[in-house]
Amino acid sequence: MALTGVEIFKLLPKTNCKKCGFPTCLAFAMKLAQRQTSLDLCPDVSEEAKQKLGEASAPPVRPITFGIGDKALKMGEETVLFRHDKRFVNPCVFALEIKDTLSDDEIKNKIEEVLTSEIERVGQKLRVDAIALMNDSNDVGRFENAAKIIATGAPDVPVIICTDNPQAADAVIKLFTDKKPILYGADSTNAEAMAEIAKKYKSILGVKASVSGGGLDELSALTEKIKSLGVEDMVIDSGARKAKDILRDNTLIRRAAIKKNFKPLGYPVITFAQRDESLFETLIAVIGVAKYSSIIILSSIEKWKNLAIFTLRQNIYTDPQVPMQVEQKIYKIGEPNPESPLLVTTNFSLTYFIVSGEVENSRVPSYLAVMDCEGLSVLTAWAAGKFTASKISQFIKESGVEHDIKHRELIIPGYVAILSGSIEDKLEGWKVTVGPREANGIPAFLRSRTA
Amino acid sequence: MAFTPLKETYPGKVYSVTIGMGNKAVTFGGENVLPFHAFEGIVPNKPVVAYEIQDMPPADWPENVRKPYEGVSDDPVTWAKYCQDVLKARAIALRLISTHPDRENRSPEDAAKTVSDVLSAIDIPLIILGSNHAEKDASVLVAAAGAAKDRNCIIGKAQEANYKTIAAAAIANNHKLIAMSELDINLSKQLNILVTQMGFDKERLITDPMCSALGYGLEYTYSVMERIKLAALAQNDATMQQPMLGDIGMYVWKVKETQASETDLPQWGSVEERGITWEAVTATSLLLAGAALLIMWHPKAIEAVEKVIEELI
Repeated sequence: MALTGVEIFKLLPKTNCKKCGFPTCLAFAMKLAQRQTSLDLCPDVSEEAKQKLGEASAPPVRPITFGIGDKALKMGEETVLFRHDKRFVNPCVFALEIKDTLSDDEIKNKIEEVLTSEIERVGQKLRVDAIALMNDSNDVGRFENAAKIIATGAPDVPVIICTDNPQAADAVIKLFTDKKPILYGADSTNAEAMAEIAKKYKSILGVKASVSGGGLDELSALTEKIKSLGVEDMVIDSGARKAKDILRDNTLIRRAAIKKNFKPLGYPVITFAQRDESLFETLIAVIGVAKYSSIIILSSIEKWKNLAIFTLRQNIYTDPQVPMQVEQKIYKIGEPNPESPLLVTTNFSLTYFIVSGEVENSRVPSYLAVMDCEGLSVLTAWAAGKFTASKISQFIKESGVEHDIKHRELIIPGYVAILSGSIEDKLEGWKVTVGPREANGIPAFLRSRTA
Repeated sequence: MAFTPLKETYPGKVYSVTIGMGNKAVTFGGENVLPFHAFEGIVPNKPVVAYEIQDMPPADWPENVRKPYEGVSDDPVTWAKYCQDVLKARAIALRLISTHPDRENRSPEDAAKTVSDVLSAIDIPLIILGSNHAEKDASVLVAAAGAAKDRNCIIGKAQEANYKTIAAAAIANNHKLIAMSELDINLSKQLNILVTQMGFDKERLITDPMCSALGYGLEYTYSVMERIKLAALAQNDATMQQPMLGDIGMYVWKVKETQASETDLPQWGSVEERGITWEAVTATSLLLAGAALLIMWHPKAIEAVEKVIEELI
């Protein structure tokens, strides 16, 4: 349970020594309650207080790293329910299921799909992050065989070993020693044995409530039991498979963790989204991405599907307080020729999306010069001295656009009409035209020029 | 430690809005909890998806979304009947795009005739949209609202620049009204206040906080919608309790991801499935953020979204 500032204060030395950097112990306690500072800053705190506070001040969703090396995946650490309050921290993991009932070649093909899934989008490299090996055969030998193909074929890709048979788990987990895999499948029937294996191989343990519906109650009891057996890193599955149940359980889990600091559910959530139809599976994954899943298991990873879910994950996990930026360059809209108009704007992503959308709507092929203004919109950038006559002139000169166009006319946003004279002074031989103030005036503006 | 679910109840509730007539009328909104949170409150209606049709052939639509309407989209009446009878649409959104001065600049009288013709061919609810030219829409939507008198349609979109005439026409002809502002919760609230100050009933209003496509600012629309929804529920703010519209199709089908061919961008996969998925993913995200009414283009995307709604409700 989260402690209040006053409760924390009672556990502090109350000396107001200021060594933590705060003027009083009470001020420090208040910051601790808001999770804005760390107890480590207090040199005089007692061991007893440390233990009590450590428990209470730990992040509400346990931070866990899955896999090792370059492809390791951070999960958990979330602190809010809504992305507008504060950034969602660790983007959810997409994992492709590979069933051990497949033939060796089919397994190899699936591995290849994962290894070649990387797509670059607005400067980020995105990919299917992990493989979930499923023991559908219920056979230890087949499971081991499939695991070997994966361990050899994709040695760096983090793996989720899915089985509820401790024998099968033990046989397969050896192949991923020291690779921090997830062993998924601890339930009320096998908890002790699975916890033993997870401890022995230092793996993360996937804990599941029965699909018949023990739900969050059963799940909480299970994680507490497993914790008492000495396993700390867990991912949890409430058993929800239907869209509505996934949304409900994920919401209740995140709420319990964030609002009540309820430790038994303060773990990353794993969601099984597999469906027969790939488009429908994509939409189940959308629920997981938007609403609190840390791992989403998919049955297929077509390229079109990947692009859509990667993009959504990027959108949802963007920091709402940091303006999204697009790359500074000359964007071609339609198929412009050397006579096509040239417009300039700033690189705030929303500005770019709206302006480029309206230029597209005009159906007048154009060049759009997008200038790096640290992600500020036109008026803000102008007010902050980042969208000035000299900077615009320098950008246009250095952009090389003079090779692409024959004319020397630059259209500037109506809001910075005031700059037109000084840009003309600095850009020799250029004419500056003032465009509309709002983007929705662009289509009429561009078309009236060609008419 | 026993688990007790932390249920959230709120003082506020979203207004429910009914459009259309008789047994084909549909109702959306009405919930007193976050989207699809039936486990802690009342979610009396499911979101409605309307099929978009236009008053001129959709020559500028990408091929993959033009194809499903081949042979019917040359005429708005045939197109509307196809959506109603074959695709089993629950509602239709007629966009009077030809009235735009840069398109065919058709007159308000022409638009009114199209509206009458479409209405006499269908019995499902109709949403009547202008061409998003603030000045022209004012005259077009007044004529269209008159032609649809007493059919309980939605008229839109009223914006800051033209809301007075359009809202007056909606009042005079007993329609619902969409108020649109540009991606800002405060602008949205302000416009709702302005419209209701004219005497427009706040329970007949639909908020359009402006849509954006997946990958092109979706997170802004998503968060503005979540914030509006929270203001409606937690703060019981009556100026934010209108159900929200996601005008999905027109934003999605102009982005590169719904158009670029697989030959040009092999790493993006099939363009047909990519386009449908782009629309369905954008729509599902906004449903989770709080949209109650969607306007969409591709029948397969709509089918998938309706299926996910069934599973969420």
